[in-house]
Amino acid sequence: MEGMYLIARIADQPVALPAASVGSVIEIDAIVPVPRVEAHVAGLFALRSRILTVIDSRVVLGLTPIERGPHMAAVVVTVDDHGYALLVDAVEDVVEASRPAPCPAILEGYWRAFAAGVVRRGEDAVLLLDLPAMIAGRLPQAA
Amino acid sequence: MDDLLTDFISETRETLDAIAGEIVAWEADPTDRTRLDAIFRFVHTVKGSCGFLDLPRLQRLSHAAEDVLADLRSGNRTADAALVTAVLAVIDRIGELTDAIESGEPLSDEGEHGLIAALAANASAPSAPVQPVPQAALPTRSVSRSIRLPVELLDRMMASVSDMVLARNDLAQRLREIEPSGPLNAAFERLSHCVGDMREAITRSRMARIDTLFALLPRMVRDLASELGRKAVLEVDGGDVELDRELIEMIRDPLVHLVRNALDHGIELPEARRAAGKAETGLLRIVARQAGNQILIEVQDDGRGIDPDRVLQRAMAAGLVQAEQASGMSRARKLELVFLPGLSTAASVTSISGRGVGMDVVRANLERIGGTVDIESRIGHGVRLTLRVPLTLTIIPALTVSSAGSYFAIPRSVIEGIVRAGGCAARIERIGGALAVTLRGAHLPVLDLGRFMGLADEPAAPQLLVVLRTGAGDRFALAVDAVHDHQELVVKPASPLLMASGIYAGTTLPDNSRPMLLLDVAGIAAAAGVHTAVQIQEPAEEPEERAILLPSLLFRDLDGATRAVRLPLVERIYDVPVEGVVAAGGARLLAHKGRVSTLHAAGPLPTEGTIRVLRLSDGAAMLHYAIDEVIDIVDLEAALAPVPVAGPIAGVALHQDLPVEVLDAHWLFASAVRTDAEQARPLCLVADADDPWAREVLTPLLDMAGYRVSFASEAPEGRVAVIVASGETPAGVEAPVIRLRSGPERERPDDDSIYRYDRDGLLRALQARVAAGG
Repeated sequence: MEGMYLIARIADQPVALPAASVGSVIEIDAIVPVPRVEAHVAGLFALRSRILTVIDSRVVLGLTPIERGPHMAAVVVTVDDHGYALLVDAVEDVVEASRPAPCPAILEGYWRAFAAGVVRRGEDAVLLLDLPAMIAGRLPQAA
Repeated sequence: MDDLLTDFISETRETLDAIAGEIVAWEADPTDRTRLDAIFRFVHTVKGSCGFLDLPRLQRLSHAAEDVLADLRSGNRTADAALVTAVLAVIDRIGELTDAIESGEPLSDEGEHGLIAALAANASAPSAPVQPVPQAALPTRSVSRSIRLPVELLDRMMASVSDMVLARNDLAQRLREIEPSGPLNAAFERLSHCVGDMREAITRSRMARIDTLFALLPRMVRDLASELGRKAVLEVDGGDVELDRELIEMIRDPLVHLVRNALDHGIELPEARRAAGKAETGLLRIVARQAGNQILIEVQDDGRGIDPDRVLQRAMAAGLVQAEQASGMSRARKLELVFLPGLSTAASVTSISGRGVGMDVVRANLERIGGTVDIESRIGHGVRLTLRVPLTLTIIPALTVSSAGSYFAIPRSVIEGIVRAGGCAARIERIGGALAVTLRGAHLPVLDLGRFMGLADEPAAPQLLVVLRTGAGDRFALAVDAVHDHQELVVKPASPLLMASGIYAGTTLPDNSRPMLLLDVAGIAAAAGVHTAVQIQEPAEEPEERAILLPSLLFRDLDGATRAVRLPLVERIYDVPVEGVVAAGGARLLAHKGRVSTLHAAGPLPTEGTIRVLRLSDGAAMLHYAIDEVIDIVDLEAALAPVPVAGPIAGVALHQDLPVEVLDAHWLFASAVRTDAEQARPLCLVADADDPWAREVLTPLLDMAGYRVSFASEAPEGRVAVIVASGETPAGVEAPVIRLRSGPERERPDDDSIYRYDRDGLLRALQARVAAGG
């Protein structure tokens, strides 16, 4: 099954998200921090009248946080009626790619936990992210 | 049906709903001019419209009512109970006719002439009372009946208007930068104003105050109570909580059913209540409030309660519960059985509450909107049902505070007050490494918001304290840097990642367009480990017996009996020469070291030599008690077996399995003072002369505390120093009033009543009022 995927970059690693799950791609200028929540929750952002919970994808993957600045790239998704903005290093493209296949490589730690497979963009294999797992920030249950 | 008629029907309906509360209030006080005017305006408007809409029956009814109300306004007639009932009957009829016009169903005009005749000045009590059709028979009407809209459309409107507000704010910012000319400014102001109006209107289209639901209750309770022969008063709180209209509609029927149940099965007939020692008038309390990410609606009555075992029996008899399940079933679980379909605990299913809607439907309706209903009950004391409705979209009046640069919103419903820290009004002290503040005699823990949130270290001294009270009754003070404005905020549910912290109730976007979190004060209290008191709204109980031991002096008295006195009262023990004792005016006095004081002796004094005395002091006065010899200092129970007669003995405690009489210091001091200055005792007027509690429990307490007691029904002898009342205060007496309430928990933050069993609180308040009065 072919499909449309959003290609983004997290720490030099290209990642893919099903385009159908993505609401929009935005630039965030300021995040309101939320105390006493898990580390991967960067805070809140208001997109027009909608309040989104901002998630730092690098923190989810055990990496150093995304650099804060006036032009942070984020992917807006909706899970269970709640809106989230997933901070990434860059958003590249929306492409057509082949259906996801299991990861061929032996992934390291965090990547293994949050990848749902790979999709092929031309020659390259791009990791498909497990969106609900990324948002929860927790390592998903063993299948 | 043409537009004019539709408009008339909507408007008439709306006004009828709006004045429902006014009508009941007017009945309670027919001399209330404002209410009378409101009702007059209503019938006047109806009459006016009827003319050109050609509605002769409505016109006749409204015209007749208008005439009577005009007479009342001008003073040509006075309102008596019969007239009030007649007017209400006519207004009810107007409502029914309006419904009938809309539905197109014919409505018989039987009895209508009777209704109008009852308004006449010389109308005798109708032989067949014209009953207004009970609300139960009326078709349930929904608030949104005049127009239907898909909810998504409304949501789109809301989102667009919010965007418009943001764009307006953006424009305002840019205009400030260029310093606009007069006309440009004026044009922007106009646009801004329109945007604000629109925002409010759109928000109102989605939300409504829960008051729209509560407004129909007073009338319903009044009618039902009179129909069932009950006396009941309805107390409603939290009407300004706002809810999604959709949700309000869905809880309308369950709420109405619960109220009916409370009146039909809960609150007993007046004679039964009297026999049970309760006030004849039952209390029905309905309270709405926000808690965490839910709206709570409590329906509480002080009726006969539900017996969990009886419910279990009926459930088993109906085959809904098997014997194996029954054993080991907890009390709470048994009570929950009332929600099983097909179960009725009433001896007979009455036409009032047995019809159509059952407790199972109530629960199903709540669950359909993602809510729940819980039940608590104490046999003989009443039932409390708690409906929980999820906070999908609500408007909450909230206060904005900030600490360390971060802003948070606190729902106004949990705020008791704001005080500036320091000074004698709010003294801060450090206890065991934590901060506490003393406010009006109460010690409250202080939680620094910045530190709790990990935003800053604790400042040297807290500046502003927001005094909070959770739904459970825990009170504490939140130290913040600043308090900002007070807005009505649209609150939306926060994502699970935020809710996991346990301290947030939702997110909101205030006017400055910066997302803000609404704090869950109960969650914060739990996370910070704050527990000042856990109070459950329960009817007054007897003060619990505590297995506390108090150090007491054990002695042998002059008549050979072993007695004891609480050690703190004993100032000194010494011997005095018996010559110092004189009999005077029926009492014994002791002259010792230049001072004369009362001497109590339970037996004959020796005629020569010395006697051993205890010098007892209550801090102010002093007296002596003659004894034979001291035995020991022992710990005795604080709880005493009472003695039937007031006197020098307070009660009996057990020491090594032998009974020991314990001296009643209060009586001793009271009788000592009495001989000295009977008239100096302040006069306390107890307003509730008919209340057996006031006579049996309150009066002896006041008497022992040194007050003379007089009842409102008698003429007071002397100047009244203070009035103690649970209900109304007598007219014509100028004196400070102390209000008593029957429950331990205050109902509103500004309630200054005292719990009737708070002995210390009551005595302190009496002292303060009397001292202030001079």
